[in-house]
Amino acid sequence: MTIDWAPLALTFRLAVVTTAILLALGIPLAYALAFGRFRLKPVVATLVSMPLVLPPSVLGFYLLLAFSPQNAFGQFLHARFDLQFVFSFPGLVLGSLIFSLPFMTQPIQAGLEGLPASLLEAADTLGKSRVTTLVRVLLPNIKPALLAGVVLTFAHTIGEFGVVLMIGGNIPGVTRVASLAIYDEVESLNYPAAHVYAGVLFAVTFAILLAVHVINKRWLRPL
Amino acid sequence: MIHIDVQKQLLTADGPMALSVRADIAQGEFVTLFGKSGAGKTTLLRMLAGLNDPDRGSIAVDGETWFDSARAVRRRPQARRVGFVFQDYALFPNLSVRGNLEFALDHRRDQPLIDELLGLTDLTALQHRRPIELSGGQRQRVALARALARRPRILLLDEPLSALDANTRLRLQDELLQLHRRFGLTTLLVSHDLSEVFKLSDRVLAIEHGCLVRQGSPLSVFGERLVSGKVEFTGEVLAIERNDVVYAVSVLVNNRIVNVIATDEEVRELRIGDKVLLFSKAYQPMLQRIRS
Repeated sequence: MTIDWAPLALTFRLAVVTTAILLALGIPLAYALAFGRFRLKPVVATLVSMPLVLPPSVLGFYLLLAFSPQNAFGQFLHARFDLQFVFSFPGLVLGSLIFSLPFMTQPIQAGLEGLPASLLEAADTLGKSRVTTLVRVLLPNIKPALLAGVVLTFAHTIGEFGVVLMIGGNIPGVTRVASLAIYDEVESLNYPAAHVYAGVLFAVTFAILLAVHVINKRWLRPL
Repeated sequence: MIHIDVQKQLLTADGPMALSVRADIAQGEFVTLFGKSGAGKTTLLRMLAGLNDPDRGSIAVDGETWFDSARAVRRRPQARRVGFVFQDYALFPNLSVRGNLEFALDHRRDQPLIDELLGLTDLTALQHRRPIELSGGQRQRVALARALARRPRILLLDEPLSALDANTRLRLQDELLQLHRRFGLTTLLVSHDLSEVFKLSDRVLAIEHGCLVRQGSPLSVFGERLVSGKVEFTGEVLAIERNDVVYAVSVLVNNRIVNVIATDEEVRELRIGDKVLLFSKAYQPMLQRIRS
């Protein structure tokens, strides 16, 4: 039996890229939601948590429509920036970014909100800018929350099915990730291949979550 | 010279309260804000630091306006150059003692100041420890040293010694006074500990229900009420035991148990847990210095 490793490689590439981008986006967003005072905050908070309850196919459907080359927006992106999100790897990344956003943002936001307000105030009276305070004080004190955000995002992206199917279109070698490959193999009654994909995903997610539990217990005790 | 003239509506445990304080504090003074908790002392301190804003009024320090509602002036806490010691110390758990002090520096090359402060507060040996490894008194000294590393003009202390045991408190009071003089600071201390107020302050601002009710030297503010031949303490009844014809009542006063003989009549109204006044009128109280 020859196993096509491309879907697994694609899955992990997608998870790494998505997690890295979301870490960069999630920290400022979580900071704004934790400490910011602006009128649209409830709306932003709702939008961020929407993917938790929204069926993935709904999101995928809208993304497909929005970025379809038959639409003005999709045409504009293609003509102006040479970007095509439908049936492509960038499309998978975009869908995963939106769909995993709450998994990165919410733990970080909870971590920031859990810090004593006096830490931020002390840094203010010591003359430091909010960015300096974030980097040197706040983030180092919420390492468990950052780790939780990274791991949940990574694991959630690995398991994504509906969004990647809708916007990616299950193209072998391009957008056919492992979760889609399992479905295909089962449909064509190729159970040994499905077992390999499923087993690898199971083992990897188990190992990641186990590592997090151990790390949180041993090294990242709450201060 | 600090000029404060501020008003703010506060929501306290006892309902809404209008904080309205007007005071001038001279350069180099050690001033205590004295009053019950919820009287608005901490809010006043936080308004000076820029952590809370008054509803109306103005704050000026050495001729610079830090806050003025009429002219919409509001200087950020970062630009006020105050040292603030928080009640919970607010040390950064991820940084060492030295790291906490270094964070307060404008320029990293100002290391001699850090060394001096560590020496003055007796923390040199502990400089590589994390806050979690320190005792309450040590954390308090780190918080104080960190506030001074900012080279502040005004030092603001929010009940910094209230959580410490009596011995540590006495030692830190001495240190505080020393640092106040050494750095030529103007210091504002929130406290409701009378011995602390007498020992440290040049002047007391007594605040009740958001208003400045008295100000002056500790003796002039508290004198009339406190100076009398009568010795009295408040305590709590812990136990009542019958002992032949009289009763022995155990009263908790300042964490010490005092046994008092009481008559049938006196005991009749007492229940365990009652707050009582323990006083003595006829005898001249004796004073003896405690050697520590």
